[in-house]
Amino acid sequence: MVTLEKISKTYDKGKVKAVTDVSLSVEKGELFGLIGPDGAGKSTIFRILTTLLLPDTGKATVAGLDTVKDFRKIRGCVGYMPGRFSLYQDLTVEENLNFFASLFGTTVTENYALIKDIYQQIEPFKTRRAGKLSGGMKQKLALCCALVHRPEVLFLDEPTTGVDAVSRKEFWDMLQRLKAQGITILVSTPYMDEADLCQRIALIQDGKILSIDTPQNIVKAYPGDLYAVKSGSLHKILLDIRQYPGTLSCFAFGEYLHVAFKPASPSAAGPPASSEPAGLKKYLEDKGHKEVEIKKITPGIEDNFIRMMGDKTDRYEQ
Amino acid sequence: MNSETTGKAIETTSKASETTGKAIVCKDLSKQFGDFIAVDKISFEVNSGEIYGFLGANGAGKTTAMRMLCGLSYPTGGEATVAGFNVYKQQESIKKNIGYMSQKFSLYENLSIKENIEFYGGVYGLTDQQLQQKGDELIARLGLEKEAKKMVGGLPLGWKQKLAFSVAIIHQPKIVFLDEPTGGVDPVTRRQFWDLIYEASDKGITVFVTTHYMDEAEYCNRISIMVDGRIDALDTPANLKKQYSARTMNEVFYALARGAKRAAD
Repeated sequence: MVTLEKISKTYDKGKVKAVTDVSLSVEKGELFGLIGPDGAGKSTIFRILTTLLLPDTGKATVAGLDTVKDFRKIRGCVGYMPGRFSLYQDLTVEENLNFFASLFGTTVTENYALIKDIYQQIEPFKTRRAGKLSGGMKQKLALCCALVHRPEVLFLDEPTTGVDAVSRKEFWDMLQRLKAQGITILVSTPYMDEADLCQRIALIQDGKILSIDTPQNIVKAYPGDLYAVKSGSLHKILLDIRQYPGTLSCFAFGEYLHVAFKPASPSAAGPPASSEPAGLKKYLEDKGHKEVEIKKITPGIEDNFIRMMGDKTDRYEQ
Repeated sequence: MNSETTGKAIETTSKASETTGKAIVCKDLSKQFGDFIAVDKISFEVNSGEIYGFLGANGAGKTTAMRMLCGLSYPTGGEATVAGFNVYKQQESIKKNIGYMSQKFSLYENLSIKENIEFYGGVYGLTDQQLQQKGDELIARLGLEKEAKKMVGGLPLGWKQKLAFSVAIIHQPKIVFLDEPTGGVDPVTRRQFWDLIYEASDKGITVFVTTHYMDEAEYCNRISIMVDGRIDALDTPANLKKQYSARTMNEVFYALARGAKRAAD
Protein backbone atom coordinates (compact mmCIF):
# COMPACT_ATOMS: atom_id res chain seq x y z
CA MET A 1 0.00 0.00 0.00
CA VAL A 2 2.96 2.27 0.74
CA THR A 3 6.49 1.70 -0.51
CA LEU A 4 9.75 3.59 -0.22
CA GLU A 5 12.78 2.50 -2.21
CA LYS A 6 16.13 3.98 -1.28
CA ILE A 7 14.65 7.37 -0.52
CA SER A 8 17.13 10.12 0.39
CA LYS A 9 16.46 13.76 1.14
CA THR A 10 18.84 16.53 2.12
CA TYR A 11 18.17 20.13 3.12
CA ASP A 12 20.24 23.28 2.94
CA LYS A 13 22.04 22.37 -0.30
CA GLY A 14 23.02 18.92 0.87
CA LYS A 15 24.40 20.01 4.21
CA VAL A 16 21.66 18.46 6.31
CA LYS A 17 20.95 14.80 5.65
CA ALA A 18 17.34 14.35 6.72
CA VAL A 19 16.74 10.86 5.36
CA THR A 20 19.32 8.47 3.92
CA ASP A 21 18.53 5.41 1.80
CA VAL A 22 15.26 4.55 3.48
CA SER A 23 13.36 1.56 2.13
CA LEU A 24 10.21 0.12 3.64
CA SER A 25 6.76 -1.08 2.71
CA VAL A 26 3.42 -0.99 4.47
CA GLU A 27 0.81 -3.64 3.67
CA LYS A 28 -2.84 -2.95 3.03
CA GLY A 29 -4.77 -2.66 6.29
CA GLU A 30 -1.61 -2.55 8.37
CA LEU A 31 -0.99 -0.31 11.38
CA PHE A 32 2.65 0.60 10.88
CA GLY A 33 4.71 2.67 13.31
CA LEU A 34 7.68 4.88 12.58
CA ILE A 35 9.46 5.08 15.93
CA GLY A 36 12.25 7.54 16.61
CA PRO A 37 13.25 10.76 18.35
CA ASP A 38 12.87 14.31 17.01
CA GLY A 39 15.15 14.92 14.07
CA ALA A 40 15.20 11.26 13.04
CA GLY A 41 13.56 12.07 9.69
CA LYS A 42 10.01 10.91 10.41
CA SER A 43 8.28 14.08 9.21
CA THR A 44 10.39 14.19 6.05
CA ILE A 45 9.19 10.68 5.17
CA PHE A 46 5.57 11.73 5.77
CA ARG A 47 5.97 14.81 3.61
CA ILE A 48 7.47 12.80 0.77
CA LEU A 49 4.64 10.24 0.94
CA THR A 50 1.94 12.90 1.04
CA THR A 51 3.54 14.52 -2.06
CA LEU A 52 4.45 17.73 -0.27
CA LEU A 53 8.18 17.24 -0.73
CA LEU A 54 10.29 15.78 -3.53
CA PRO A 55 12.94 13.23 -2.58
CA ASP A 56 16.50 13.82 -3.86
CA THR A 57 16.80 10.20 -4.93
CA GLY A 58 14.72 7.06 -4.70
CA LYS A 59 11.15 6.16 -5.49
CA ALA A 60 8.02 6.07 -3.37
CA THR A 61 4.47 4.91 -4.02
CA VAL A 62 1.19 5.25 -2.18
CA ALA A 63 -1.79 3.06 -3.15
CA GLY A 64 0.20 1.96 -6.20
CA LEU A 65 0.69 5.56 -7.38
CA ASP A 66 4.04 7.31 -7.82
CA THR A 67 4.51 10.18 -5.37
CA VAL A 68 6.11 12.39 -8.03
CA LYS A 69 4.15 11.61 -11.22
CA ASP A 70 0.74 10.90 -9.72
CA PHE A 71 0.79 13.41 -6.91
CA ARG A 72 -2.68 14.75 -7.63
CA LYS A 73 -4.30 11.31 -7.45
CA ILE A 74 -2.48 10.53 -4.22
CA ARG A 75 -3.71 13.71 -2.59
CA GLY A 76 -7.27 12.57 -3.21
CA CYS A 77 -6.90 9.20 -1.51
CA VAL A 78 -4.82 9.88 1.59
CA GLY A 79 -5.56 11.51 4.91
CA TYR A 80 -2.78 13.44 6.60
CA MET A 81 -2.56 14.77 10.10
CA PRO A 82 0.64 16.80 10.39
CA GLY A 83 2.51 17.22 13.65
CA ARG A 84 1.42 20.80 14.02
CA PHE A 85 -2.31 21.62 14.32
CA SER A 86 -3.25 22.88 10.88
CA LEU A 87 -6.98 23.34 10.73
CA TYR A 88 -8.64 26.72 10.33
CA GLN A 89 -8.61 28.24 13.81
CA ASP A 90 -11.34 30.78 13.07
CA LEU A 91 -13.76 28.28 11.57
CA THR A 92 -16.00 26.27 13.88
CA VAL A 93 -15.69 22.52 14.38
CA GLU A 94 -18.57 21.90 11.99
CA GLU A 95 -17.28 24.37 9.39
CA ASN A 96 -13.83 22.77 9.36
CA LEU A 97 -15.31 19.35 8.84
CA ASN A 98 -17.64 20.49 6.04
CA PHE A 99 -14.78 22.39 4.42
CA PHE A 100 -12.52 19.34 4.25
CA ALA A 101 -15.39 17.17 3.04
CA SER A 102 -16.18 19.52 0.15
CA LEU A 103 -12.48 19.87 -0.65
CA PHE A 104 -12.45 16.15 -1.33
CA GLY A 105 -15.75 16.25 -3.20
CA THR A 106 -17.73 14.42 -0.56
CA THR A 107 -20.06 15.19 2.32
CA VAL A 108 -19.86 14.54 6.03
CA THR A 109 -22.97 12.33 5.89
CA GLU A 110 -21.50 10.09 3.16
CA ASN A 111 -18.71 8.75 5.39
CA TYR A 112 -20.23 9.53 8.74
CA ALA A 113 -19.99 5.90 9.89
CA LEU A 114 -16.21 6.10 9.81
CA ILE A 115 -15.87 9.20 11.96
CA LYS A 116 -18.99 8.80 14.10
CA ASP A 117 -17.19 7.37 17.14
CA ILE A 118 -14.70 10.21 17.25
CA TYR A 119 -16.96 13.01 16.09
CA GLN A 120 -19.56 12.31 18.76
CA GLN A 121 -16.99 13.21 21.40
CA ILE A 122 -16.60 16.72 19.98
CA GLU A 123 -20.14 17.20 18.67
CA PRO A 124 -21.28 19.14 21.78
CA PHE A 125 -18.75 21.80 20.72
CA LYS A 126 -19.58 21.85 17.02
CA THR A 127 -20.28 25.58 16.98
CA ARG A 128 -17.04 26.45 18.77
CA ARG A 129 -14.13 27.84 16.78
CA ALA A 130 -11.33 25.33 16.33
CA GLY A 131 -8.82 27.73 17.84
CA LYS A 132 -10.77 27.73 21.11
CA LEU A 133 -10.74 23.95 21.55
CA SER A 134 -8.60 22.13 24.11
CA GLY A 135 -5.59 20.10 22.91
CA GLY A 136 -7.39 16.78 23.06
CA MET A 137 -10.42 18.15 21.18
CA LYS A 138 -8.25 19.67 18.46
CA GLN A 139 -6.58 16.33 17.99
CA LYS A 140 -9.93 14.59 17.58
CA LEU A 141 -11.18 17.21 15.13
CA ALA A 142 -7.97 16.95 13.09
CA LEU A 143 -8.41 13.19 12.94
CA CYS A 144 -12.04 13.59 11.77
CA CYS A 145 -10.96 16.02 9.04
CA ALA A 146 -8.25 13.61 7.88
CA LEU A 147 -10.81 10.80 7.68
CA VAL A 148 -13.84 12.58 6.25
CA HIS A 149 -13.22 11.37 2.66
CA ARG A 150 -12.54 7.77 3.74
CA PRO A 151 -8.89 7.73 2.69
CA GLU A 152 -7.15 4.52 1.72
CA VAL A 153 -4.11 5.45 3.74
CA LEU A 154 -3.99 7.57 6.88
CA PHE A 155 -0.75 9.38 7.75
CA LEU A 156 -0.44 10.53 11.35
CA ASP A 157 2.70 12.47 12.21
CA GLU A 158 3.35 12.37 15.97
CA PRO A 159 -0.33 12.55 16.99
CA THR A 160 0.48 11.86 20.66
CA THR A 161 3.51 14.09 21.27
CA GLY A 162 3.10 16.18 24.42
CA VAL A 163 -0.13 14.37 25.24
CA ASP A 164 -0.59 12.85 28.69
CA ALA A 165 -0.60 9.09 29.31
CA VAL A 166 -4.38 8.79 29.58
CA SER A 167 -5.16 10.71 26.37
CA ARG A 168 -2.46 8.75 24.56
CA LYS A 169 -4.18 5.50 25.43
CA GLU A 170 -7.54 6.84 24.22
CA PHE A 171 -5.99 7.91 20.93
CA TRP A 172 -4.48 4.48 20.32
CA ASP A 173 -7.84 2.87 21.07
CA MET A 174 -9.31 5.03 18.30
CA LEU A 175 -6.57 3.91 15.91
CA GLN A 176 -7.25 0.24 16.63
CA ARG A 177 -10.93 0.80 15.75
CA LEU A 178 -9.99 2.54 12.48
CA LYS A 179 -7.68 -0.30 11.61
CA ALA A 180 -10.56 -2.73 12.17
CA GLN A 181 -12.44 -0.80 9.46
CA GLY A 182 -9.70 -1.55 6.95
CA ILE A 183 -7.82 1.74 6.86
CA THR A 184 -4.08 1.47 6.35
CA ILE A 185 -2.35 3.61 8.96
CA LEU A 186 1.20 4.94 9.07
CA VAL A 187 1.85 6.63 12.41
CA SER A 188 5.00 8.14 13.90
CA THR A 189 5.88 8.58 17.55
CA PRO A 190 8.85 9.34 19.77
CA TYR A 191 7.30 7.21 22.57
CA MET A 192 8.87 3.76 22.55
CA ASP A 193 6.06 2.29 24.65
CA GLU A 194 3.63 2.88 21.77
CA ALA A 195 5.62 0.55 19.51
CA ASP A 196 3.88 -2.50 20.95
CA LEU A 197 0.53 -1.16 19.72
CA CYS A 198 1.65 -1.38 16.06
CA GLN A 199 1.64 -4.47 13.87
CA ARG A 200 5.08 -3.68 12.49
CA ILE A 201 7.49 -0.88 13.25
CA ALA A 202 10.53 0.80 11.79
CA LEU A 203 13.02 2.13 14.32
CA ILE A 204 14.59 5.24 12.87
CA GLN A 205 17.49 7.41 14.03
CA ASP A 206 19.50 10.11 12.25
CA GLY A 207 17.64 9.56 8.98
CA LYS A 208 18.44 5.87 8.83
CA ILE A 209 16.36 2.79 9.55
CA LEU A 210 17.77 0.75 12.41
CA SER A 211 15.35 -2.12 12.07
CA ILE A 212 11.97 -3.07 10.55
CA ASP A 213 9.96 -5.92 12.02
CA THR A 214 7.11 -6.79 14.34
CA PRO A 215 7.64 -5.48 17.88
CA GLN A 216 7.78 -9.10 19.06
CA ASN A 217 10.59 -10.02 16.65
CA ILE A 218 12.58 -6.90 17.46
CA VAL A 219 12.40 -7.79 21.13
CA LYS A 220 13.41 -11.39 20.36
CA ALA A 221 16.46 -10.24 18.41
CA TYR A 222 18.11 -8.80 21.52
CA PRO A 223 21.46 -10.57 21.82
CA GLY A 224 22.49 -12.00 25.18
CA ASP A 225 20.67 -11.57 28.46
CA LEU A 226 19.37 -8.46 30.14
CA TYR A 227 19.08 -7.94 33.88
CA ALA A 228 17.18 -5.46 36.02
CA VAL A 229 18.97 -4.15 39.09
CA LYS A 230 17.49 -2.21 41.99
CA SER A 231 18.80 -0.79 45.23
CA GLY A 232 18.22 2.24 47.44
CA SER A 233 19.92 5.04 45.55
CA LEU A 234 19.33 4.76 41.83
CA HIS A 235 21.91 7.31 40.78
CA LYS A 236 24.80 6.09 42.97
CA ILE A 237 24.31 2.49 41.93
CA LEU A 238 24.15 3.53 38.28
CA LEU A 239 27.55 5.19 38.49
CA ASP A 240 29.04 2.18 40.29
CA ILE A 241 27.65 -0.35 37.81
CA ARG A 242 29.10 1.63 34.92
CA GLN A 243 32.52 1.34 36.59
CA TYR A 244 32.20 -2.44 36.93
CA PRO A 245 34.54 -4.20 34.47
CA GLY A 246 31.95 -6.78 33.39
CA THR A 247 29.31 -4.20 32.44
CA LEU A 248 28.50 -3.78 28.77
CA SER A 249 25.75 -1.20 29.24
CA CYS A 250 23.68 0.21 32.06
CA PHE A 251 20.67 2.50 31.69
CA ALA A 252 17.91 3.65 34.01
CA PHE A 253 14.42 2.30 33.28
CA GLY A 254 11.99 3.59 35.85
CA GLU A 255 12.76 2.18 39.29
CA TYR A 256 15.19 -0.41 37.86
CA LEU A 257 18.47 -0.21 36.00
CA HIS A 258 18.82 -2.40 32.94
CA VAL A 259 22.24 -4.02 32.79
CA ALA A 260 23.82 -6.08 30.03
CA PHE A 261 27.09 -7.89 30.68
CA LYS A 262 30.00 -8.27 28.33
CA PRO A 263 29.83 -11.67 26.63
CA ALA A 264 32.05 -14.42 27.99
CA SER A 265 33.87 -14.71 24.68
CA PRO A 266 34.71 -11.23 23.42
CA SER A 267 34.24 -12.13 19.76
CA ALA A 268 30.53 -12.93 19.85
CA ALA A 269 27.39 -11.58 21.41
CA GLY A 270 26.50 -14.39 23.74
CA PRO A 271 25.78 -15.23 27.31
CA PRO A 272 27.78 -13.43 29.98
CA ALA A 273 30.51 -15.10 31.99
CA SER A 274 29.03 -17.73 34.28
CA SER A 275 30.17 -15.64 37.25
CA GLU A 276 27.44 -13.08 36.42
CA PRO A 277 25.23 -11.68 37.75
CA ALA A 278 26.54 -12.95 41.11
CA GLY A 279 29.82 -11.11 40.50
CA LEU A 280 28.03 -7.80 40.08
CA LYS A 281 25.97 -8.36 43.20
CA LYS A 282 29.07 -8.99 45.30
CA TYR A 283 30.82 -5.95 43.80
CA LEU A 284 27.84 -3.72 44.65
CA GLU A 285 27.54 -5.06 48.17
CA ASP A 286 31.26 -4.47 48.68
CA LYS A 287 30.60 -0.89 47.57
CA GLY A 288 28.10 -0.58 50.39
CA HIS A 289 24.82 -0.90 48.44
CA LYS A 290 22.13 -2.56 50.46
CA GLU A 291 19.26 -4.82 49.44
CA VAL A 292 20.57 -5.22 45.92
CA GLU A 293 18.00 -6.99 43.76
CA ILE A 294 19.08 -8.47 40.41
CA LYS A 295 16.72 -10.36 38.12
CA LYS A 296 16.72 -11.49 34.51
CA ILE A 297 14.17 -9.71 32.35
CA THR A 298 12.77 -9.64 28.83
CA PRO A 299 14.11 -6.63 26.92
CA GLY A 300 11.63 -4.11 25.55
CA ILE A 301 11.60 -2.02 22.38
CA GLU A 302 13.46 0.80 24.11
CA ASP A 303 16.27 -1.56 25.20
CA ASN A 304 16.65 -2.61 21.59
CA PHE A 305 16.56 0.93 20.30
CA ILE A 306 19.33 1.92 22.69
CA ARG A 307 21.37 -1.13 21.72
CA MET A 308 21.01 -0.34 18.00
CA MET A 309 21.94 3.28 18.52
CA GLY A 310 25.23 2.05 19.97
CA ASP A 311 27.38 4.73 21.44
CA LYS A 312 27.13 7.16 18.56
CA THR A 313 24.87 9.65 20.29
CA ASP A 314 27.46 9.94 23.00
CA ARG A 315 29.47 12.22 20.80
CA TYR A 316 28.48 15.28 18.91
CA GLU A 317 28.72 14.63 15.21
CA GLN A 318 28.38 17.30 12.59
CA MET B 1 -6.99 32.50 63.99
CA ASN B 2 -9.34 34.97 65.55
CA SER B 3 -7.31 38.13 65.50
CA GLU B 4 -4.82 39.02 62.79
CA THR B 5 -3.54 41.98 64.75
CA THR B 6 -1.82 39.94 67.42
CA GLY B 7 1.93 39.53 67.22
CA LYS B 8 1.50 35.79 67.05
CA ALA B 9 -0.54 35.96 63.87
CA ILE B 10 2.02 38.12 62.15
CA GLU B 11 4.75 35.76 63.20
CA THR B 12 2.84 32.84 61.75
CA THR B 13 2.24 34.45 58.38
CA SER B 14 5.87 35.39 57.92
CA LYS B 15 7.10 32.04 59.13
CA ALA B 16 6.96 30.34 55.77
CA SER B 17 9.66 32.54 54.29
CA GLU B 18 11.97 31.88 57.20
CA THR B 19 11.59 28.12 57.14
CA THR B 20 14.95 26.59 56.48
CA GLY B 21 15.47 23.48 54.40
CA LYS B 22 12.44 24.21 52.22
CA ALA B 23 12.96 25.37 48.67
CA ILE B 24 9.27 25.81 47.98
CA VAL B 25 6.41 26.17 50.43
CA CYS B 26 2.94 26.31 48.96
CA LYS B 27 -0.27 26.67 50.96
CA ASP B 28 -3.70 26.71 49.33
CA LEU B 29 -2.22 28.38 46.25
CA SER B 30 -4.96 29.21 43.74
CA LYS B 31 -5.45 30.92 40.43
CA GLN B 32 -8.79 31.78 38.98
CA PHE B 33 -9.43 33.15 35.49
CA GLY B 34 -12.98 34.55 35.51
CA ASP B 35 -15.07 31.68 36.84
CA PHE B 36 -12.51 29.05 35.79
CA ILE B 37 -10.37 27.77 38.65
CA ALA B 38 -7.13 26.75 36.95
CA VAL B 39 -5.29 25.97 40.19
CA ASP B 40 -7.46 25.00 43.14
CA LYS B 41 -5.84 25.40 46.58
CA ILE B 42 -2.71 23.35 46.09
CA SER B 43 -0.45 22.76 49.10
CA PHE B 44 2.97 21.13 49.09
CA GLU B 45 6.56 21.65 50.16
CA VAL B 46 9.75 20.91 48.27
CA ASN B 47 12.88 20.23 50.30
CA SER B 48 16.20 21.81 49.42
CA GLY B 49 18.21 19.60 47.08
CA GLU B 50 15.21 17.44 46.29
CA ILE B 51 14.22 16.27 42.81
CA TYR B 52 10.48 16.94 42.76
CA GLY B 53 8.32 15.64 39.93
CA PHE B 54 5.28 17.77 39.13
CA LEU B 55 2.98 15.56 37.10
CA GLY B 56 -0.54 15.90 35.80
CA ALA B 57 -2.78 15.39 32.81
CA ASN B 58 -2.95 17.97 30.03
CA GLY B 59 -4.92 20.93 31.29
CA ALA B 60 -4.61 19.96 34.96
CA GLY B 61 -3.07 23.35 35.78
CA LYS B 62 0.65 22.51 35.92
CA THR B 63 1.81 25.38 33.73
CA THR B 64 -0.34 27.92 35.58
CA ALA B 65 1.04 26.73 38.93
CA MET B 66 4.59 26.80 37.63
CA ARG B 67 4.19 30.34 36.29
CA MET B 68 3.09 31.54 39.73
CA LEU B 69 6.05 29.81 41.38
CA CYS B 70 8.47 31.38 38.88
CA GLY B 71 7.17 34.87 39.65
CA LEU B 72 5.53 35.31 36.25
CA SER B 73 1.93 35.47 37.36
CA TYR B 74 0.12 36.52 40.56
CA PRO B 75 -1.96 33.98 42.46
CA THR B 76 -5.59 34.85 43.22
CA GLY B 77 -5.45 33.07 46.56
CA GLY B 78 -3.24 31.24 49.03
CA GLU B 79 0.40 31.62 49.96
CA ALA B 80 3.70 30.48 48.54
CA THR B 81 7.38 31.13 48.97
CA VAL B 82 10.05 30.12 46.51
CA ALA B 83 13.67 30.12 47.70
CA GLY B 84 12.30 31.99 50.73
CA PHE B 85 10.71 34.78 48.68
CA ASN B 86 7.04 35.63 48.60
CA VAL B 87 5.26 35.04 45.28
CA TYR B 88 3.16 38.19 45.70
CA LYS B 89 5.74 40.71 46.85
CA GLN B 90 9.14 39.44 45.82
CA GLN B 91 8.77 38.26 42.23
CA GLU B 92 12.03 39.88 41.11
CA SER B 93 14.00 38.19 43.91
CA ILE B 94 12.46 34.86 42.90
CA LYS B 95 13.55 35.32 39.30
CA LYS B 96 17.13 35.99 40.39
CA ASN B 97 17.26 32.82 42.47
CA ILE B 98 15.78 30.32 40.07
CA GLY B 99 16.67 28.82 36.72
CA TYR B 100 14.04 27.92 34.11
CA MET B 101 14.10 25.72 31.08
CA SER B 102 11.29 24.58 28.82
CA GLN B 103 11.17 22.31 25.85
CA LYS B 104 9.63 24.97 23.67
CA PHE B 105 11.86 27.94 24.36
CA SER B 106 15.40 27.38 25.33
CA LEU B 107 18.24 28.95 23.38
CA TYR B 108 18.80 31.47 20.60
CA GLU B 109 19.36 29.45 17.44
CA ASN B 110 21.22 32.24 15.67
CA LEU B 111 23.76 32.73 18.42
CA SER B 112 26.73 30.44 18.94
CA ILE B 113 26.99 28.18 21.98
CA LYS B 114 29.42 30.60 23.58
CA GLU B 115 27.24 33.63 22.82
CA ASN B 116 24.18 31.93 24.34
CA ILE B 117 26.16 31.21 27.49
CA GLU B 118 27.37 34.81 27.65
CA PHE B 119 23.88 36.15 27.05
CA TYR B 120 22.13 34.05 29.68
CA GLY B 121 24.99 34.36 32.15
CA GLY B 122 24.77 38.14 31.72
CA VAL B 123 21.01 38.14 32.22
CA TYR B 124 21.49 36.10 35.39
CA GLY B 125 23.98 38.71 36.60
CA LEU B 126 27.32 36.92 36.38
CA THR B 127 30.47 39.07 36.20
CA ASP B 128 32.75 38.85 33.17
CA GLN B 129 35.21 36.82 35.16
CA GLN B 130 32.54 34.39 36.40
CA LEU B 131 31.17 34.14 32.87
CA GLN B 132 34.55 33.15 31.51
CA GLN B 133 35.16 30.53 34.16
CA LYS B 134 31.63 29.08 34.28
CA GLY B 135 31.36 29.13 30.50
CA ASP B 136 34.57 27.16 30.07
CA GLU B 137 33.52 24.65 32.72
CA LEU B 138 30.15 24.15 31.10
CA ILE B 139 31.59 23.66 27.62
CA ALA B 140 34.15 21.18 28.95
CA ARG B 141 31.50 19.23 30.91
CA LEU B 142 29.42 18.79 27.78
CA GLY B 143 32.46 18.07 25.61
CA LEU B 144 31.57 20.90 23.23
CA GLU B 145 35.01 22.58 22.99
CA LYS B 146 35.19 22.21 19.21
CA GLU B 147 31.65 23.45 18.66
CA ALA B 148 31.71 26.46 20.99
CA LYS B 149 31.67 28.95 18.14
CA LYS B 150 29.01 27.16 16.09
CA MET B 151 25.42 28.33 15.89
CA VAL B 152 23.08 26.55 18.27
CA GLY B 153 20.57 26.04 15.45
CA GLY B 154 22.79 23.39 13.88
CA LEU B 155 23.10 21.27 17.02
CA PRO B 156 21.13 18.04 17.42
CA LEU B 157 18.08 18.45 19.66
CA GLY B 158 19.55 16.38 22.47
CA TRP B 159 22.58 18.64 22.67
CA LYS B 160 20.42 21.74 22.66
CA GLN B 161 18.45 20.39 25.59
CA LYS B 162 21.57 19.54 27.58
CA LEU B 163 23.06 22.95 26.81
CA ALA B 164 19.81 24.71 27.72
CA PHE B 165 19.75 22.95 31.06
CA SER B 166 23.39 23.78 31.80
CA VAL B 167 22.74 27.42 30.92
CA ALA B 168 19.66 27.50 33.17
CA ILE B 169 21.83 26.60 36.17
CA ILE B 170 24.95 28.59 35.22
CA HIS B 171 24.28 31.08 38.04
CA GLN B 172 23.99 28.24 40.59
CA PRO B 173 20.33 29.02 41.38
CA LYS B 174 18.63 27.59 44.47
CA ILE B 175 15.94 25.98 42.34
CA VAL B 176 15.67 25.04 38.69
CA PHE B 177 12.27 24.62 37.01
CA LEU B 178 12.21 22.18 34.09
CA ASP B 179 9.09 22.07 31.92
CA GLU B 180 9.05 18.82 29.92
CA PRO B 181 12.80 19.00 29.33
CA THR B 182 13.11 15.64 27.60
CA GLY B 183 10.18 15.71 25.17
CA GLY B 184 11.07 14.13 21.84
CA VAL B 185 14.73 13.37 22.52
CA ASP B 186 16.17 9.90 21.90
CA PRO B 187 16.23 7.33 24.70
CA VAL B 188 19.98 7.56 25.34
CA THR B 189 20.05 11.36 25.43
CA ARG B 190 17.00 11.34 27.70
CA ARG B 191 18.99 9.32 30.21
CA GLN B 192 22.09 11.48 29.82
CA PHE B 193 19.87 14.44 30.59
CA TRP B 194 18.90 12.81 33.88
CA ASP B 195 22.58 12.34 34.69
CA LEU B 196 22.83 16.15 34.50
CA ILE B 197 19.78 16.53 36.74
CA TYR B 198 21.35 14.25 39.36
CA GLU B 199 24.63 16.18 39.17
CA ALA B 200 22.78 19.45 39.76
CA SER B 201 20.92 17.89 42.67
CA ASP B 202 24.21 16.66 44.16
CA LYS B 203 25.43 20.27 44.03
CA GLY B 204 22.46 21.25 46.17
CA ILE B 205 20.22 22.67 43.44
CA THR B 206 16.57 21.82 43.98
CA VAL B 207 14.98 20.41 40.83
CA PHE B 208 11.30 20.92 40.00
CA VAL B 209 10.46 18.96 36.86
CA THR B 210 7.42 18.08 34.73
CA THR B 211 7.35 15.16 32.31
CA HIS B 212 5.00 12.92 30.36
CA TYR B 213 7.45 9.99 30.58
CA MET B 214 6.31 7.88 33.51
CA ASP B 215 9.64 6.07 33.81
CA GLU B 216 11.16 9.47 34.58
CA ALA B 217 8.70 9.93 37.43
CA GLU B 218 10.57 7.08 39.11
CA TYR B 219 13.79 9.10 39.08
CA CYS B 220 12.28 11.79 41.30
CA ASN B 221 12.57 11.75 45.09
CA ARG B 222 8.91 12.66 45.42
CA ILE B 223 6.16 13.45 42.97
CA SER B 224 2.76 15.05 43.00
CA ILE B 225 -0.01 14.41 40.50
CA MET B 226 -2.42 17.19 39.57
CA VAL B 227 -5.95 16.46 38.42
CA ASP B 228 -8.41 19.24 37.52
CA GLY B 229 -6.45 21.94 39.34
CA ARG B 230 -5.93 19.96 42.54
CA ILE B 231 -3.03 17.89 43.82
CA ASP B 232 -4.62 14.47 44.23
CA ALA B 233 -1.52 12.54 45.26
CA LEU B 234 1.88 13.39 46.71
CA ASP B 235 4.53 10.94 47.90
CA THR B 236 7.60 8.98 46.87
CA PRO B 237 7.14 6.83 43.75
CA ALA B 238 7.45 3.68 45.87
CA ASN B 239 4.75 4.77 48.33
CA LEU B 240 2.40 5.86 45.56
CA LYS B 241 2.70 2.50 43.87
CA LYS B 242 1.95 0.81 47.17
CA GLN B 243 -1.00 3.09 47.85
CA TYR B 244 -2.59 2.46 44.45
CA SER B 245 -1.56 -1.23 44.33
CA ALA B 246 0.18 -0.48 41.05
CA ARG B 247 3.26 -2.06 39.50
CA THR B 248 4.37 1.05 37.62
CA MET B 249 3.96 4.82 37.89
CA ASN B 250 2.06 4.61 34.63
CA GLU B 251 -0.67 2.66 36.40
CA VAL B 252 -0.74 5.16 39.28
CA PHE B 253 -1.06 8.03 36.84
CA TYR B 254 -3.77 6.25 34.93
CA ALA B 255 -5.76 5.49 38.07
CA LEU B 256 -5.69 9.16 39.06
CA ALA B 257 -5.96 10.99 35.74
CA ARG B 258 -8.63 8.75 34.23
CA GLY B 259 -11.23 10.57 36.26
CA ALA B 260 -10.10 14.01 35.05
CA LYS B 261 -12.88 16.19 33.70
CA ARG B 262 -10.69 18.81 32.12
CA ALA B 263 -8.54 18.41 29.04
CA ALA B 264 -6.57 21.21 27.48
CA ASP B 265 -3.08 21.98 26.25
